[in-house]
Amino acid sequence: MDYFLTEEQQMIKELAAKIADEKIAPIAIEYDEQGKFPHEIIKILADSDLCGVYIAEEYGGLGGGVFEMSLVVEQLSRACGGISLAFAGTGLGTFPIILFGNEEQKKKYLPDIASGKKLAAFGLTEANAGSDAAGIQTTAVLAGDEYVLNGTKQWITNGGEADVYTVVACTNRSKGARGFSAFIVEKDTPGFTFGKKENKMGIRASCTRELVFDNCRIPRENLLSKEGMGFIVAMKTLDRTRPGVAAQALGIAQGAFEEAVKYSKQRVQFGQPISSFQAIQHMMADMAIQIEASRALVYQTCKFIDSGAKNFSKESAMAKVMASDTAMKVTTDAIQVMGGYGYMKEYPIEKKMRDAKITQIYEGTNQIQRNVIALELIKELAGK
Amino acid sequence: MNIVVCIKQVPATTEVKMNKETNTIIREGVESIINPFDMYAVEESLRIREKLGGKVTVISMGPQAVCDSLKETIGLGADDTVLLSDRAFAGADSLATSYTLSMGIKKIGDFDLIICGKQATDGDTAQVGPSLAEKLGIPHTTYVRRIEEIKDGYIRCQRLTEDGYEVVEMPLPAMITVVKEINEPRLPSIKGMMRAKKAVVNIWSADDINADKNLCGLKGSPTQVVKTFVPVHDVQSEMIEGTSEEQAQKLADKLLNMQFMTCK
Ligand SMILES: Cc1cc2nc3c(=O)[nH]c(=O)nc-3n(C[C@H](O)[C@H](O)[C@H](O)COP(=O)(O)OP(=O)(O)OC[C@H]3O[C@@H](n4cnc5c(N)ncnc54)[C@H](O)[C@@H]3O)c2cc1C
Repeated sequence: MDYFLTEEQQMIKELAAKIADEKIAPIAIEYDEQGKFPHEIIKILADSDLCGVYIAEEYGGLGGGVFEMSLVVEQLSRACGGISLAFAGTGLGTFPIILFGNEEQKKKYLPDIASGKKLAAFGLTEANAGSDAAGIQTTAVLAGDEYVLNGTKQWITNGGEADVYTVVACTNRSKGARGFSAFIVEKDTPGFTFGKKENKMGIRASCTRELVFDNCRIPRENLLSKEGMGFIVAMKTLDRTRPGVAAQALGIAQGAFEEAVKYSKQRVQFGQPISSFQAIQHMMADMAIQIEASRALVYQTCKFIDSGAKNFSKESAMAKVMASDTAMKVTTDAIQVMGGYGYMKEYPIEKKMRDAKITQIYEGTNQIQRNVIALELIKELAGK
Repeated sequence: MNIVVCIKQVPATTEVKMNKETNTIIREGVESIINPFDMYAVEESLRIREKLGGKVTVISMGPQAVCDSLKETIGLGADDTVLLSDRAFAGADSLATSYTLSMGIKKIGDFDLIICGKQATDGDTAQVGPSLAEKLGIPHTTYVRRIEEIKDGYIRCQRLTEDGYEVVEMPLPAMITVVKEINEPRLPSIKGMMRAKKAVVNIWSADDINADKNLCGLKGSPTQVVKTFVPVHDVQSEMIEGTSEEQAQKLADKLLNMQFMTCK
């Protein structure tokens, strides 16, 4: 399908695809097995200018938006959904600054992220606050010219590897979610350390860690937006980055699909390639239908967001649910097409199924996304 | 340090198809790429420039379509590109090609180093680089796998040989051809690709470079292709059965029979 990408988007997509095929695919299995963080790939992405596709030109980026970010994530994820997350997780950590940062904050942090010199991360989730993000316990107390942070964030992508962290904490507990504020915390700030590295089912080349704040003092000017805006910063950021998760899912699905099709032409049973069996053909047709439908929704959502739309929670949630459910289904069926070989670690397919699962969980589980969609539908109905 | 890199556009396939009547390579319908060995030459020039400053100019001889390959090198970081293109250049062998390139490089003028790939994957002669250096009257060395030192007027490099390497020192300007062990070529950058889109390739004709047309193209090519043919792979195989011992005995008998070996 031709999605009428601009010349620049086409270039971005092709270059990301080249990096995926030539540089990521050959190492994906090894990085998965060893849980290695892809520093070399970050360097390649940096040299190719892709780290800054979604950052404005005045801060050293290419001036694109969510669409450009998603194109890169999709292509990289075709080869490895874990390695692509170093890039996508940085997007998640950077959007709060792009959306809510003041000029000084943008000037200070965005150029190094655009050039790939620094990675970013986003810390919202805590042990007792997952879907119910309003339950966070981490506190930030203003003391003179500094905020003092205390608490522990859990399962933070790029934890320990990123240099810039956007973190949500309570500045006024009595106000509930309206008492949250968002802050920029730099790595190596005294009182800021990293807890255990998680041993995960999939996306194992991505680093998921705790952020531990123990009387961590940060300058007052690291507050993003205003006190009390933390929850809004988080929600607006996630609305904008969910298409990135959708693109990750889409890439994983596409990669699995390509692998399965290739295999079906080579594998001979009963004297013929298995691709000649209608049962296999229909599975492949279904995969292709679901992938293309997801892609259409994801791309259109990206374009809608980048056009300057104000409210796109529903669309963004739809894209994420659709693409991630597709990724789970397609990767499962891709293994089915490949039979026992698909189940073995020698082939990169079982990994794709493990990688796909997370896309139904993080940045809001698909159940929560459906809640969001339904709530928006009810609001729309009430407005009529 | 001003560096000139010579590149050639070649068919992307390793299975070159020939036109039996004209004895030339069929280029239609085959995707064109930069000769893979030349990518190492481009990469090395960029690395030298990154260290020492200066300018990288990439030159090629061929039809207009070669502009795409030259622009690709701008995407990688080359500063300037030159295409030598003229009807008079058509049908050139390695002698005529190196003459034409030498005239083009004379027009570029100020250079310290010329880098070529060790050979092109279509013709496989490995002659153009050295021949070009002779025409320019500068020293050269081939199969460079590492540049140990390079500075104003001086280069020391390791030249790959069959059983090791030689260390070669030369004054500059000089010409080297490089092998794939020398580096790992980079991928382009988006900003580079956008620069490439807008870039204008300098296109020079025979007159622009004061070339003697009798020394260019088919006219200047003493090489005559008498006949080309695709080697026939006519392999007959026979499976030898039996225990390992029996198999070995049967194989030995056969080899003796065929007089591939003798029994002492
Ligand atoms: C690998 C990984 C990386 C992550 N990276 C980050 C990161 O970088 N930054 C960050 O802040 N967080 C991150 N997270 C956290 C992630 O966003 C949360 O895991 C996610 O929001 C779900 O929270 P939970 O795991 O606590 O599940 P829970 O909230 O405990 O949910 C458990 C189940 O209950 C369902 N459920 C909960 N509430 C409702 C409801 N109201 N209606 C219907 N169903 C409901 C859920 O859908 C789910 O099925 C990461 C998590 C993982 C696993």
